[in-house]
Amino acid sequence: MTEENAGGRVKKFLYVNRKAPYGTIYALESLEVVLIGAAFEQDVSLAFIGDGVYQLAKGQDTKGLEVKNFSPAFRALEDYDVNKLYVDEESLRARGLSAQDLVVPVEVVSAQRMAEIMESQDVVLSF
Amino acid sequence: MKLGILVNEGPYNHEASDSAYQFARAALAKGHQVCRVFFYHDGVNNGTRLTVPPQDDRNIVKRWSELAAEHKLDLVVCIAAAQRRGLMDKGEAKRHGKDADNLAPGFRISGLGQLIEAGVEADRLVVFGD
Repeated sequence: MTEENAGGRVKKFLYVNRKAPYGTIYALESLEVVLIGAAFEQDVSLAFIGDGVYQLAKGQDTKGLEVKNFSPAFRALEDYDVNKLYVDEESLRARGLSAQDLVVPVEVVSAQRMAEIMESQDVVLSF
Repeated sequence: MKLGILVNEGPYNHEASDSAYQFARAALAKGHQVCRVFFYHDGVNNGTRLTVPPQDDRNIVKRWSELAAEHKLDLVVCIAAAQRRGLMDKGEAKRHGKDADNLAPGFRISGLGQLIEAGVEADRLVVFGD
């Protein structure tokens, strides 16, 4: 899709997910940006911080909420060559979670490492 | 500097919309270029021409329209977010069989690709939201 690759330039895009998957629409619409943006052949990374780590939690059951469980869509990211997923270690631990509780393989990183990752980006989209 | 702006919150409900406007105005006054303002999430509600705020309050939508007219700003409302929330231009209204349209002057409806493009084109993409 070279016609969608604006000017042929590749920038480093980081999507920072800070919100729980349900309760507000931020997480779902953020994922929509990631999936659309994947067609633009940019260098994409995702970060999960705070309640954002719940977006990746296994075993989400949204029947009672009458909204769609969109967590399986994270497994599709690999097909879009989006495979740099960083999860804040402290956010996971504070919520009693570990990497094994998540629907996709991720890199668990310290707050300091996360800061370095953010620092190295061209575009940081925070949702 | 060439700036892109992302507005993620609706008018009046959240200060992000005010801050984004004030930032855009200040940046333009300093001689910077604003290549695009993209409205996402409830931010799309900044683009409805049907708001009627109290007369002693700021008119957020009108303010954006006026800034766009003055500086030829590209105000883009995300189509997917707009469809969920009932924002539409004439073409969208016709396409979906709706009996009204409500997009304010100076705004246009387009896809999320416009946000990515703004990120690529701009020197800085500044995000306003919660």
